Amino acid sequence: MRTIDVIGSAVSNTFRSKTRTLLTILAIFIGAFTLTITTGLGTGINRYIDDTVASVGASNGMTVSKNAPDAPTGDGPRAYDPNASTTRQGPTLTAVELMDDSDVTALRAIDGVTSVTPIDAITLDWVRHGDGTQYQAAIGGFFSGSALQLAAGAQPSDTSSELQVAIPANYVDSLGFDDAASAVGQTITLGLTDGAHQAQQVDATVIGVANPSLGGAGTTLVANTALSANLHDLQSTGLPAAQQGQFRQASIRFADSGNAQDVTALKTRLTDAGYTGQTVADQLGTFKTVIDAIVVVLNAFAIIALLAASFGIVNTLFMSVQERTREIGLMKAMGMGSGKVFGLFSLEATFIGFLGSAIGAAIGIGVGSLVGNALGKVLSNLPGLHLIAFDPLSVLGIVLLVMAIAFLAGTLPALRAARQDPIESLRYE
Amino acid sequence: MPAPILSLHDVHKSYGRGATRFDALKGVSFDVLEGESLAIVGKSGSGKSTLMHLMALLDQPTSGTIALSGTDAASLHGRTLNTTRNKTFGFVFQQFFLTSGASVLENVILPLKIAGVGRSERRRRGLEVLARLELDDKARNRASDLSGGQKQRAVIARALVNDPRVIFADEPTGNLDTATGAVVEDILFTLNREQGITLIIVTHDEELAARCDRAIHVRDGLIIDAEAVAA
Repeated sequence: MRTIDVIGSAVSNTFRSKTRTLLTILAIFIGAFTLTITTGLGTGINRYIDDTVASVGASNGMTVSKNAPDAPTGDGPRAYDPNASTTRQGPTLTAVELMDDSDVTALRAIDGVTSVTPIDAITLDWVRHGDGTQYQAAIGGFFSGSALQLAAGAQPSDTSSELQVAIPANYVDSLGFDDAASAVGQTITLGLTDGAHQAQQVDATVIGVANPSLGGAGTTLVANTALSANLHDLQSTGLPAAQQGQFRQASIRFADSGNAQDVTALKTRLTDAGYTGQTVADQLGTFKTVIDAIVVVLNAFAIIALLAASFGIVNTLFMSVQERTREIGLMKAMGMGSGKVFGLFSLEATFIGFLGSAIGAAIGIGVGSLVGNALGKVLSNLPGLHLIAFDPLSVLGIVLLVMAIAFLAGTLPALRAARQDPIESLRYE
Repeated sequence: MPAPILSLHDVHKSYGRGATRFDALKGVSFDVLEGESLAIVGKSGSGKSTLMHLMALLDQPTSGTIALSGTDAASLHGRTLNTTRNKTFGFVFQQFFLTSGASVLENVILPLKIAGVGRSERRRRGLEVLARLELDDKARNRASDLSGGQKQRAVIARALVNDPRVIFADEPTGNLDTATGAVVEDILFTLNREQGITLIIVTHDEELAARCDRAIHVRDGLIIDAEAVAA
């Protein structure tokens, strides 16, 4: 028997007992549908997190701070270090060693580091459009390779000498713009205090409007390189010489091999040199782990449903083998090999699995998209979040997985059919 | 004299072992000549069905040899054995063994499908053989919609479609009334006469056996009055 005929016969045999096949397909459908939805949930949320990671920083970027020379010993307070900057986070005092040009040189020398940029902490007093009200604002620098989730406009340019700033979407109304699109290209004024306690102000062009997202991106103003440098210079004006050229953190770029081990190795080298490196993935890693864990649990339920359905396949096919005992005997008497008989029944199981999973995945995608859109409106304070998203590869993976499970379920009845003695089968009444 | 297509030599067949051992055949030897019609006659339990299964190479004898055109059947295994059965034998059973939901044509071309013949070729040969048995107008009907006589004609068509050298018929008229049975018998003997297909009929019907060239009577696993032509 030709393979194509084995497949054709298996497919037509599937529809011989329609009600029974339909019920079995329904059982598989439920499992495949659930698996599609839960996987879609994981894909949707993780895709959103990945987009967010891109807005916080490039995947080949790391934020580096210098470790304080002596860790505190025992419960006692740490000795004062004139080079350290102290931050209070709740009741905890954290000391961060300030860095200067020598640290930039030291970081550049570390294997794997391709560039080092000091992060200048800029304290903004206010932001204003035209003669409007002054509003409080925080500003951060923009790293090329990262991406803001834009409501309008473009990403800040690393290379442009124009002073560019991206503003959060919730500043649009307050600053007196009609909507996000009309804010783009307008000039706003930023106010700050310099090292000599003199008020200073800078005009900058709005290059884009960013949506808020996870990890705090899109909640502060974002300056391009030119504006960052300009603001930093202003802020340093009048500072004592000893305090100039100092910064708390640096951003480094490294050759991105896409290999997590390389990143870990780089972190170890940074630690050995007395620095601490943190990637954006580290910052959002916990969040992602929790989402992954939830998705794994949901998927486990779907797999349990599929396993239950696979017993339905075993049952259906055992009945089918029983009913077709004489037919199997006849085919064997006519010279059909046991292998082909096995193929006939296991392919029938696989086809049932294919039907159930294909229908389940298709309806799952349909329902998931509808529910995802509806939920997207409820969760409107996280724009860009599609709770349920579908990746063609993972949907294909689900269909193949279900077919594999169905095939395995079919092997038992198929083996029984293949082992049947033609004479016994022909005598069977 | 033509060469024997099947040659049995001292064939024994036993089922079970020890106390439950049952000897179905206790030393059977005879030749079947190419193109003859042979009846194997015996009561139920005489061993005639076992004998047919052995001759059709569906089973192996416990001892003794069966040769197909001079080749020892014990030397045929797996794929070779399957191919040989597919190309050499056609089967006609008392209970028809038609797949009821499938069309008559589908049922008839099953041996060709198993042999790996292409779709259009299968259809051509299937319709051709159905026309020979005056069933071509029923080709698209479901097998379950046929009358008893039509079903047996469909089964004969299935046995013929692969141009076999031997047709085994196990009580071919057992489920048919006398008139329909006579028609089916005529078809079988015509095929034997006109196309030289060797016909081996297993039956307990002495009248049917009488129409064959030769009859072998089996009783308790042994041949009695071999070579005798029944009255």
